[in-house]
Amino acid sequence: MLWTRKHLLTIEELSPEEITHIIDTAASFKEVSTRTIKKVPALRGKTVVSLFMEPSTRTRVSFELAAKRLSADTLSITAQASSITKGETLKDTARNIEAMNADFVVLRHSAAGSPRFLAERLNASIVNAGDGAHEHPTQALLDIFTIREKLGRISGLNVLILGDILFSRVARSNIWALTKLGANVTLCGPTTLVPDIFKELGVKITTNLDDALREADVINLLRIQHERQRKSFFPNIGEYKLMFGLSNERFLMTRPEVLIMHPGPINRGVEIASEVADCPRSVILEQVTNGLAVRMAVLFLLNGVQPVATET
Amino acid sequence: MTVILNSEAMQRALSRMAHEILEHHDSIDQLVLIGLQTRGVFLARRLACKIFEITNREIAVGTLDISMYRDDLDLRGNPPMVKNTDISFDLNAKQVVLVDDVLFTGRSARAAMDAISDLGRPQRIQLAVLIDRGHRELPIRADYVGKNVPTSRKERIHVRLKEEDGEDLVTLQKEGFKPTAEDS
Repeated sequence: MLWTRKHLLTIEELSPEEITHIIDTAASFKEVSTRTIKKVPALRGKTVVSLFMEPSTRTRVSFELAAKRLSADTLSITAQASSITKGETLKDTARNIEAMNADFVVLRHSAAGSPRFLAERLNASIVNAGDGAHEHPTQALLDIFTIREKLGRISGLNVLILGDILFSRVARSNIWALTKLGANVTLCGPTTLVPDIFKELGVKITTNLDDALREADVINLLRIQHERQRKSFFPNIGEYKLMFGLSNERFLMTRPEVLIMHPGPINRGVEIASEVADCPRSVILEQVTNGLAVRMAVLFLLNGVQPVATET
Repeated sequence: MTVILNSEAMQRALSRMAHEILEHHDSIDQLVLIGLQTRGVFLARRLACKIFEITNREIAVGTLDISMYRDDLDLRGNPPMVKNTDISFDLNAKQVVLVDDVLFTGRSARAAMDAISDLGRPQRIQLAVLIDRGHRELPIRADYVGKNVPTSRKERIHVRLKEEDGEDLVTLQKEGFKPTAEDS
């Protein structure tokens, strides 16, 4: 297929073919990181700015390494170290970045929709690296990539997303991607964090964790987003662990070929038992490796796409 | 549409190329073939089969995708389809023969050499192509050529191979063709 998008803003707007195209491209880029010289000249002379208004380590580092492996120049602006703390608006920050002729802006921001806001105002390609509780497209793409690499397909698989769904952009992007590609998605977690309205996205919601664990081909665990919870959605961490943590006992209920996934950072002993996080069924670190390949693929695909001219 | 090579002629051309490759290698201990995605890969495998028929020796065959090394990524308007690179052997000190279907501007061969340089340091790199249609834009020539076909820039060469297209056939299409990056 012909790739025509200049920005990666959401999974929601992508077609199943576009998602598959990114994953296919990522598979080719994964090989680059196995070489002695882990660099290709595809983005030589391009500038990738990561603008991170929320704390992040792995996503920011992954994007920067991806850009470097494509030979782009990278610079990183984080909220704490920039004029944002001096009262500059997002638009002004971005316009200043563009005045430096940046070709890509990788944006993480607490406001849902902020990547689209920039895409409508700047000439650079915008990549959404997480906007509020809205979407985190590259996380979903790397999850899909990992599942397909391990299990050979997405269609027909039972995927359980367990934990804090309400505040999770990872959950939203994953739900879009998985349902578009034909997986059966089940959500489970504290009822306060798994609102019924998610059923409208074509997923199943269950309170029966044991059954969901037995049926799952993939279990994607989400971290409790303490930083987003202004009021209490469940009594305490101990109770969450007891009710929804993937303990050793619960792990024994799962299928022998189940994949255990987690977008990180993991809270050992809370949503996942330490032994489960380190067991052979856990692909948490492979997700990190694949994230790099997916982000290389995304930058490569967005590069040089000319917006379709409106006049003929 | 003019037929340049039918199935039989293609077989003969590949046999001759295999013999020429062997003539130019006193020893084939270090000889490896690397096919450029997509049709070069099939041609490289076929040449390796021919070499096996002649020498009873198996030659390593690798697969190379040059998308990441193209010099026209900003000019195309759309990114190329990236396919896999699979070279499971050490390239250092090897005698590499790159295999492609059509040699045109020479830009693919240039990109392939850059890619190979990132993967190792072969002792020598040569180029084998099924069709040389001229119009070079870089100082590159092929060491082994199936058939030289004088063309105008407006014409188009179609290479069809059994593995990808269901038949072995090379044709020349006149007129009405604007060269694109795909054809370099």
